[in-house]
Amino acid sequence: MKLNKKSNTIFESKNRSTQLKENAIKYLLIAASTISVLTTFGILFSILFEAIEFFKLKSFFYFLTGTEWSPGVEGSKFGAVPIFAGTFVITFIAMAVALPIGIFSAIYMSEYATNSIRSKVKPLLEILAGIPTVVYGFFAAITVAPLIVKVCEVIGLQASFNSALASGIVMGIMIIPVISSLSDDVISSVPDSQRKGALALGLTTAETIKSVVLPAALPGIISACLLGVSKALGETMIVVMAAGLRPNLTMNILEDMTTVTVRIVDALVGDQAFDSPATLSAFALGLALFIVTLILNIISVYYIRKFKSKYKVNSL
Amino acid sequence: MSIKNLKMKKMKKQNEKNIFYDSSLKKRHASAKRFKIFAMSSLVTAIAFLVFFISDMLIKGLPALQQTYVQVEITYNDKSMKSPRGSVDRKLRRIVSRAAIREIPRQMQNNPQLKNTTKFKWILADDQVDQYIKGNYYKLKNKDKQKVDELKKQNRVELRFNSIFFTHGDSKIPEFAGIKSALIGSIFTLLVTMAVSFPIGVMTAIYLEEFADDNKFTQIIEVNINNLAAIPSILFGLLGLAIFINLFGLPRSSALVGGLTLALMTLPIIIVTARAALRSVPDSIRQAGYGLGLTKIQVVRDHVLPLAFPGIMTGTIIGLAQAMGETAPLIIVGMIAFIPDSPSSITEAATVMPAQIFTWAGMPERAYIEKTAMGILTLLTVLISLNAIAVYLRKRFETKW
Repeated sequence: MKLNKKSNTIFESKNRSTQLKENAIKYLLIAASTISVLTTFGILFSILFEAIEFFKLKSFFYFLTGTEWSPGVEGSKFGAVPIFAGTFVITFIAMAVALPIGIFSAIYMSEYATNSIRSKVKPLLEILAGIPTVVYGFFAAITVAPLIVKVCEVIGLQASFNSALASGIVMGIMIIPVISSLSDDVISSVPDSQRKGALALGLTTAETIKSVVLPAALPGIISACLLGVSKALGETMIVVMAAGLRPNLTMNILEDMTTVTVRIVDALVGDQAFDSPATLSAFALGLALFIVTLILNIISVYYIRKFKSKYKVNSL
Repeated sequence: MSIKNLKMKKMKKQNEKNIFYDSSLKKRHASAKRFKIFAMSSLVTAIAFLVFFISDMLIKGLPALQQTYVQVEITYNDKSMKSPRGSVDRKLRRIVSRAAIREIPRQMQNNPQLKNTTKFKWILADDQVDQYIKGNYYKLKNKDKQKVDELKKQNRVELRFNSIFFTHGDSKIPEFAGIKSALIGSIFTLLVTMAVSFPIGVMTAIYLEEFADDNKFTQIIEVNINNLAAIPSILFGLLGLAIFINLFGLPRSSALVGGLTLALMTLPIIIVTARAALRSVPDSIRQAGYGLGLTKIQVVRDHVLPLAFPGIMTGTIIGLAQAMGETAPLIIVGMIAFIPDSPSSITEAATVMPAQIFTWAGMPERAYIEKTAMGILTLLTVLISLNAIAVYLRKRFETKW
C-alpha cells in the first residue's frame, strides 16, 4: 500500500492493470536485489553448518591452539596454528613488497606525474591487476622460486623450492595495483587548497606531501592496506602452486609453509568421503578466513567513510 | 669548469648576504629530490615487474607455437590396423609420438586406398625429441639421440606451426595436448555466468538506483554488495560445493555449477558498474518522461536503460573478464577434471582455461611448461581483447551530458 501511494504522487495511473504490472515488476526488482543478500548468508551458513559438523567431531579449542595438523585417517589431529602462522608470514612478505611500492607509486602518480604519463601508466597497472592469479602462481613456481634458490645458493643459504618468500613476493606484486589504485584515488581527492597553503608557507613539494597530504589521506591509505591484507589472506592460486603443503611452524621465510587456502583446496580435491573430518576441516578453515576477511573489510569501509565524510568526496 | 665554480662562489656570497637565506634549504631541496626519485623508482619497479613477467611468459610460451615433426616410413597393412606400433620402423618408434601412431588405424579407415602401401610421411615427433630440437632439457637414450641427429642431417626433422594446440583437447601425451576443450568449457561456463548474473545484476542496480527509498532494507543490500565484492573467491567455491552440489544435487565438475558460482562472484561488479551507468543519466531525461505522462517503468525501460546501456555493457565485459580468469572456486567445485573431448552441454564435466593451466603446471614432463606458458598467453590474449572491447564500447557510445 505504501508503495502505491508513493508512486501515485508521481503519476496517475488510470489503468488498473498497468498499475498491477508496474507493481509486479517492482517486486521482481526487489526479489533480484535480495539475491546478493542471500548469497552472503548462503556463504555464511553453508560454511558455518559444515564447520559445526567438524567441531562436533574434533575439538574447537585444539583447532585454535594446537600445533599439529595431520589429517591422516587414524589419530588425525587438527591444530591450525602452523597453518595460521604460515598464512601470516606469507601475507607479511606480500605486504612488505606491496605497501611501499603501492603507496609510493600512488604518490608519484597523483602528485608528480604529468597527465600524459598518468594516462599511460595507469592502464599498465590495470593490466597487472587483471592478470589471473593462476598465471601469477605459475610465474612464482616456475620462475621466481628457482631464482630464489639459486640466489640463496650463491650467498650460502639453503632455500626450499616451495619457499614462503617466492609466493610472498609474487603475491605482493599482485597486490600492488590494489593498494596503488585506491591510494591514488584517495590522495587525489585531498583538496588542493591544502597543498597550496603548505606550498605558500614555503614547504617543498616533498614536505607538503609528507606533512600535509599523507596525514590527510591516511584513513584512505589504511583502508587500502586492509583491503590488500584481506586480498593476501584469501589468495589461493599463488600459494597452491608455489607454497608448500606441509604445515610448518617456523619464521624462516626460505622454508616451505602452508596457508589456510592451500589446506582448503587440498582437503576438497581429495577422494575422501564428504563427512570425514579431513574434508570438513576445509570448512572450519574457511570459516576462520571468512571471519577475518569480513572484519578487515568492515574496518576498511569504516576508514574510507571517515575520509569521505571529512572531505565530502563522493567519487570513492 | 672554472667558470661554473666561480659562478657558484658568487652565488654563495650573494646568499650569505641575503638575510632570508635559509642554510638548511639546500638539504631540504636535496631531500625533496630524493623523495621524488624514490616515488618514481617504486612506480618503475612495479612496471619492471610487469615487463619481466610478460617477457618471461613470452620466452617460455612462444616455443610451443612450433612442434617438431619427423619424416618416417609408414607401412599401412592389416597388421598395423591391429597394432599400429608395428607400422613404424622399430628404431624410429621411440622418436615418433605415441599419439600420432595411434591415429594410423583411423587414417586407414577413413582412407581405404592407403591399405597395403608404404609411404614417407611427416609425422608428429615425441615430446622429448621436440624438447631436444628446441634445446631444452630432454631425456633421450643415446641411441635415439643419434637417430634424431641422423634424421636431422637428412632434413627429415622439421619445426612446424603447432595447430594441434588449438584444435585438440587435453592429453596425457604432451605433444598432443591442446587448449580447445578448456576454451569451449570456458565459453559454456561464462554463458551460464552471464545468463544469471547479467539480468540479476542489472535488475538490482535498477532497483537501487531508480526505485529504492533510503531505508534499512536498501542500506543492508548496499553494505552487502560491498562485502560480497571483498569475500575471498575460494569461499564462493565452498558455497558452490555445499549448496549447488550437495544441496541441489547439480552435477559436479559441470559448467552449470561453475557458471552459477562465478555468477554470484561477478554480481557485485555488474551491480556497481550498472549503478554508476544509471546514475550518469541526467535527471532531466526522467523528468521529461514523467512530464509526458509516462509511468516510472516506462521511463526506465524506454529512456534511462537505453542511455545507460553502453556503460552497463562495459561493466559486464569487465566482470566477464574477471570471471574468466578465476580458478580457485572452480577447483573446489571439481572443474579440474581431465577432459580430452570438448563438452557438448552445460551439465557435462568440463574444465576451463585457467584450470587447464593449473593442471598443466602440475605435470611432471618438461614439455608441459611451454604448453602452460602458451595457455597463459592464450588466456591473456583473450582477456586483453575483452578489456579492449570494453574500452572501445565506452569510448564509442559514451554520452557526455
